[in-house]
Amino acid sequence: MEVLSNMAGNVWKITVKPGDQVTEGQDVVILESMKMEIPISAEVSGIVDEITVNEGDFVNDGDVVIKLK
Amino acid sequence: MFTKILIANRGEIAARIIRTCKKMGIKTVAIYSEADINSPHVEMADESYLIGPPRVNESYLKMEKIMEVALQANVDAIHPGYGLLSENPEFSKKCAENNIVFIGPSPSTISQMGSKIEARKLMSHAGVPIVPGTDAPLADVEEAVREAKNIGYPIMLKASAGGGGIGMQRVDDEEGLRRAFQGNQKRAKDFFGDGAMFLEKLILNPRHIEIQLLADKEGNTVYLGERECSIQRRHQKVIEEAPSPFIDELTRKEMGGAAVRAAQAIGYENAGTVEFIMDEHKNFYFLEVNTRLQVEHPVTEEVTGLDLVEQQIRIANGETLTISQKDVQLNGHAIEVRIYAEDPNTFFPSPGTITSFSIPSGENIRHELAVGQGSVVTPFYDPMIAKLIVKGLTRNEAIKSMGKVLEQYKVEGIKTNIPTLKRIVNHPEYISGNTTTSFIDSYLKTAKVN
Repeated sequence: MEVLSNMAGNVWKITVKPGDQVTEGQDVVILESMKMEIPISAEVSGIVDEITVNEGDFVNDGDVVIKLK
Repeated sequence: MFTKILIANRGEIAARIIRTCKKMGIKTVAIYSEADINSPHVEMADESYLIGPPRVNESYLKMEKIMEVALQANVDAIHPGYGLLSENPEFSKKCAENNIVFIGPSPSTISQMGSKIEARKLMSHAGVPIVPGTDAPLADVEEAVREAKNIGYPIMLKASAGGGGIGMQRVDDEEGLRRAFQGNQKRAKDFFGDGAMFLEKLILNPRHIEIQLLADKEGNTVYLGERECSIQRRHQKVIEEAPSPFIDELTRKEMGGAAVRAAQAIGYENAGTVEFIMDEHKNFYFLEVNTRLQVEHPVTEEVTGLDLVEQQIRIANGETLTISQKDVQLNGHAIEVRIYAEDPNTFFPSPGTITSFSIPSGENIRHELAVGQGSVVTPFYDPMIAKLIVKGLTRNEAIKSMGKVLEQYKVEGIKTNIPTLKRIVNHPEYISGNTTTSFIDSYLKTAKVN
């Protein structure tokens, strides 16, 4: 299961770490785009397997930010 | 007069400044990032220089690089526009060190007003009313809780260095304050490099009304009436108008007088804006001084007939104001709407490519923009892509024509707030002049836009 970015922007903050249990709708990454903080939330529940971005990275719409298992 | 000016900005404001320079016969130098290669300001200027990658900290905020271009192009002055480096005292200082005129107030004025806590102190001494609150940075959350008990809830928790609504939050009780304090302090530290926090009593159902000033180096200071900027989302302005439907001639005079006192207390020079918050009983309190040209300056230009950028350049050139207070006459009514690239429901940004762009033109319609068909709206900068200004003889007339113009304003390929703007200008509460800062939350949040 992958969590995708819903828009282009800079990764401002990652709010989970590998091994964390996340629930559906929980914010996992916060992007900064056009001077605004945009939360990206998990669409399903799961355990964080891998974080594929770092704080400060630039991501595009549709990029994978977190993998869940 | 200056022979060449560098514009240290981008987008619509860079284009707008270049226009006035051309009118005055001054040559212009544009700077641009890799993301802005196709922007109109690059084409419009006499000379243009690429200064770096898209991100602002690698381009438009890079003082050394900009100064290097300024020296290479041999400019006399730099116009900073708004945002970016416009309120950075370091930048203004660097200009002076290189014998380049910074078009704006002195570095010391900018730093005094950049600290909201410092500004409150100065204004209070100058006899300008301030919102009840704390006068020194809060040491920690415990001190905040103690102070809040004296002020009384609800309270606004604010960052001294804040802007654009960042580091600012309404709190209704002690629990809320404890929850909000650290997060906002951290955000203020991250965004502004300064985590100093203070408290202000929350003014219920407030209006945001600001006074435009011009002050020359001899201290001659005039106010150019007010702008009503209450319609906001996320503490950012969406619609501005001049004059305000809420204030009368007497209140205007009192606010103008207070703004002039504020400016004179700090030896203000150039164009500036004193922002006030006003309660339901027309009591007004100092909020902050914006030491630069404002996004919404066109509405003042429309009702006063003055070109504020030209005034800024003349003042920076050392000229004495040619107008006195009695020469300032307000004629008609002007409304500006900000076109944002954003989802009209969630207010989330909507970058992308503009596939079609068609806007009406006509008498009393003014566009300030730097986009067109094929423009790419990137995620690197502010979501405001254009401003639309409409003028009428009366407020009603201006509202009616704004409604019509918005119907014909077509942007495709990205989402914009145009549906929201239409709903606002057609809303009976807006038409009746009931414009408080909670307008969008109170009247628009419940029903969704299609």
